[in-house]
Amino acid sequence: MNLLYGLVYLIGAPILGGIIIGLDRKITARMQSRVGPPVLQPFYDVLKLFEKENIVVTRSQNFFVFAYLLLMALTGIMFFSGGDLLLVIFAMTLAEVFLVLGAYSANSPYSFLGAERELIQMMAFEPMILLSAAGMYLATGSFFVSSIAAATTPLILLLPGIFLGLLYVLTIKLRKSPFDLSATQHAHQELVQGVTTEFSGSTLGGIEIARWYETVLILGFVYLFFGFNPLVAVTAIILTYLLQLFVDNTYPRFKWALALKSSWTVALVLGMINILVLWLYFKGGL
Amino acid sequence: MAFLRKSPWIIHYDGSSCNGCDIEVIACLTPMYDVERFGMINTGNPKHSDVLLITGSINEQNVEVVKNIYSQMPEPKVVVAIGICATSGGVFRECYNVMGGVDKVLPVDVYVPGCAARPESIIDGVMKALSILEKKKGEMKEMKRNKVKK
Repeated sequence: MNLLYGLVYLIGAPILGGIIIGLDRKITARMQSRVGPPVLQPFYDVLKLFEKENIVVTRSQNFFVFAYLLLMALTGIMFFSGGDLLLVIFAMTLAEVFLVLGAYSANSPYSFLGAERELIQMMAFEPMILLSAAGMYLATGSFFVSSIAAATTPLILLLPGIFLGLLYVLTIKLRKSPFDLSATQHAHQELVQGVTTEFSGSTLGGIEIARWYETVLILGFVYLFFGFNPLVAVTAIILTYLLQLFVDNTYPRFKWALALKSSWTVALVLGMINILVLWLYFKGGL
Repeated sequence: MAFLRKSPWIIHYDGSSCNGCDIEVIACLTPMYDVERFGMINTGNPKHSDVLLITGSINEQNVEVVKNIYSQMPEPKVVVAIGICATSGGVFRECYNVMGGVDKVLPVDVYVPGCAARPESIIDGVMKALSILEKKKGEMKEMKRNKVKK
């Protein structure tokens, strides 16, 4: 049964992720009083990329991107089939590392800069996501996604600080402004396209598909906080994404130092206080 | 399938333009014209692009740059010359350093004349270039097939 969810993710996540990104572009356009591209635009883009010539600088870069795509899909399968949350987090980090290696191997100053910024972003994201895993363990007594999602107590009430902290760093993972430091359509002058600069054709298409997998996986994390009621959870996911879009359209890009400092501050203050309170509460209760 | 037509990614290069045509190209991105509704994105990266927009004439200094950008774009690709300077050199064609229009160095597919070219005609020119892009893709496939046969 659980593995079935994993298979559904493997096939369904690229479709769902593509539609989410398509709606994202449409809503963003409406926020800027533009018409915007069709909702299926991300699929057109990727299918076009597979029709194009693939210019390769070094052979290894294709291998690294393939590993990135494979690991990102595998991470999602582990998550949605109810696997260990810690393993999911580290496998996701490993996937990102492969993307960074791919960008480094291309030997271009722009992809090098993008790769360095990607590493900084990972550093900014990790503490908060690990703290949220720790918080979920404290609240439910398990690291397994299947038992966390099946918890009858609303986790959001036990982990409000951690949820807020996670909302803050989700912007990094969804590659939204103000944290779109490493790869973005909007920073031509400073880093061309960052991590993805040296990739073209089907390889770039692979990166895009991995991004769809990643988006669905990240939104799956939000689900865990509302596991007690799927309807509330889906509403929360939609509201979370709309909030991210709103922030994306209202904030300019931060410098890397500010991105790192602010996300660590949020993780330490909100995450740590939440975990401390929870620990004292359970200690007093037991 | 015609996915190339639905998602043309653009790189814009300013040759020795007076900036008039560049401002019109940028105007295409504004809410008034919004080319993203055709799936067009200004990528600023030759390796991601399908369409090369060049404004302004080619001179002795930028000829290498233009050739470099063109050679980095993956096949199939098209070149659109925006404005009369990119088409023929315009009023600058007699200058000692100007070589002439873009077609002196690159195979231009669509010419969009005008001083400055209007956003409507730029969009029209790019849309015309897309059918040429489709044709080039067909030729590319044909060549690949012939290669396999041999």
